[in-house]
Amino acid sequence: MQSLQTITSKFIPLRIENVDTDQIIPARFLKATTKDGFGKNLFRDWRYENDDETKPKADFVLNQAQYSGAILVAAKNFGCGSSREHAAWSILDYGFKVVVSSFFADIFKNNALNNGVLPVTVSDAFLQEIFAQGPNDSLSVDLAAQTITIDATGAFETFEINAYKKTCLLNGYDDIDYLLSMREEIAAFEAKK
Amino acid sequence: MGNTLFGKIWDKHVVKQITDGPSVLYIDKHFIHEVTSPQAFSGIEKRGATIFRPAQIVATADHNVPTMNQHLPIADQLSRFQVDTLIDNCNKHGVTLYGLGHPNQGIVHVIGPELGITQPGMTIVCGDSHTSTHGAFGSVAFGIGTSEVEMVFASQCIMQTKPKSMRINIEGKLNAGVVSKDIILYIIAKISASGATGYFVEYAGSTIRALSMEARMTICNMSIEMGARGGLIAPDQTTFDYIQGRTFAPKGADWDRQLAAWKTLYSDADAQFDMEINIDAADIEPMITYGTNPGMGLAVTGSLPTMESFTDATEKQNYEKALKYMGLTAGQSLLGMPVQNVFIGSCTNSRIEDFRLVASIIQGKQKDPAVKTLIVPGSQEVAKQIKQEGLDKIFEAAGIEIRQAGCSACLGMNEDKIPAGEYCVSTSNRNFEGRQGAGARTMLVSPLTAAAALLTGKITDIRTLLN
Repeated sequence: MQSLQTITSKFIPLRIENVDTDQIIPARFLKATTKDGFGKNLFRDWRYENDDETKPKADFVLNQAQYSGAILVAAKNFGCGSSREHAAWSILDYGFKVVVSSFFADIFKNNALNNGVLPVTVSDAFLQEIFAQGPNDSLSVDLAAQTITIDATGAFETFEINAYKKTCLLNGYDDIDYLLSMREEIAAFEAKK
Repeated sequence: MGNTLFGKIWDKHVVKQITDGPSVLYIDKHFIHEVTSPQAFSGIEKRGATIFRPAQIVATADHNVPTMNQHLPIADQLSRFQVDTLIDNCNKHGVTLYGLGHPNQGIVHVIGPELGITQPGMTIVCGDSHTSTHGAFGSVAFGIGTSEVEMVFASQCIMQTKPKSMRINIEGKLNAGVVSKDIILYIIAKISASGATGYFVEYAGSTIRALSMEARMTICNMSIEMGARGGLIAPDQTTFDYIQGRTFAPKGADWDRQLAAWKTLYSDADAQFDMEINIDAADIEPMITYGTNPGMGLAVTGSLPTMESFTDATEKQNYEKALKYMGLTAGQSLLGMPVQNVFIGSCTNSRIEDFRLVASIIQGKQKDPAVKTLIVPGSQEVAKQIKQEGLDKIFEAAGIEIRQAGCSACLGMNEDKIPAGEYCVSTSNRNFEGRQGAGARTMLVSPLTAAAALLTGKITDIRTLLN
């Protein structure tokens, strides 16, 4: 897993609530047996007319050239629905490192963290402040300080992340190595059960 | 202070509590399927590790399988490769697989309970959000991502932060034409698609106690549709009677020992929940969804919200987006709207009791000729039971074909899809945009309301068809 410390980037505003994982990556693209290449199908049915890559929908934000960056900002309840980790893989593969919303679905949040994508939960009011910024404005996220700042105004909020996950992300550690190292302890737990 | 049922099971499975971090939670049973497991198998192999406890894993192929001609090779090359990859991985790692053609094959959340693998007090995970289904047996069961599947492969544990607890009490007798699917659609409509995010929900009360295991599974199944980490119901005599005698249920002295332990699985009288919701069963009518998340539901006789009822600009915009996708108008009624497709199936409603309910409505009648049907048992065992009980004859006489077991049109991944722009009255669990196929318009209902649409070709109040 890639580590993540700080990031300053322009952002892509997705003013849609309840973005479910079927929109992030439709089920027909889940037939792969590797984690690569999902980015080109991220938000597939919102991006293209009739599933045709030569017909991008002009009203969808990923197709609007003025917007770019490694931060996705979405309205509340982002990532609800299916547990498919392919949603996190799509977001990572497309080039996002951070997703900002006022509310995340639980499984998506875990999946994102397990892939080095940082979910940043902000207040509704701060989310609206971000949405009010222009396409050339940037956001800065500092994981160690747990802050997100609107660079143009200096307005910032602190965000929550548990200390364990923070350490993992800052250092690029993953849970699986940790759990492998615990096998003896787990076997002892089984014996007592 | 007493503990909740959820708390009792969770606490017993904590191997280690990390300071300011998650718990290392021990997992008793791990179900896997073809879609969310391949990257976990290759991940564990890349680390040069083996699967820690292969005997605690059960695999099946369900999401990506055709529901016709299952004896033939899968036509779609990518689907076939994914299913073949599952077979190879299970062989290589010594995991029990109930693949296509096996009498135990079926939707993972149908076969687990049916085989008696799902038992009270267990922790159960699967790379599928509807794993909450197994909570109907008084187990802590929830969906996980593929990295977490790999964690369980590596250690039979996952890292998980303990959710908050919620209890939803439902009291009283259900109205005619109202079944468990209506209860859960009513709850989700009431608290929204994110109303239980961060919580593990216990369903309790006299209405729940009176339900069969199949009906309880339907309710727990859709816990995730209000954002809950999972849902569970305290085991009782109905639970024990369902489990006893099933293939992997405890036998003899082991049964007596387990039963005694299961009888301690309830929330103590003085247990504190972080949130409690009380519902009167008499308020619940047959339900239907009109929008693009499961929280957008109403009584089948109701009218859609008006535009004026939204004060928040983003919410209003989202409602407009949903109406446009669904081809509906604010304030309208749904009754009498033509329906082009009816899907009866999915891990929510594909068990024998669901087919009995539908058969009780269509018996001696013909389906509307304009309606296209996808009628799909949840498992080979359910398909067998349908035949044994002669229900297949009732469907056949009504002009309805019964397909073979799988997830089918619930998720637009296999061959069974709903055409763009058409409506599908569906017993499944999600009405997201494109869920049943690009452009498909899903309306979630109970098996009874689906049966009514089969006969009339329209959205119909099932109560008008009951004697």
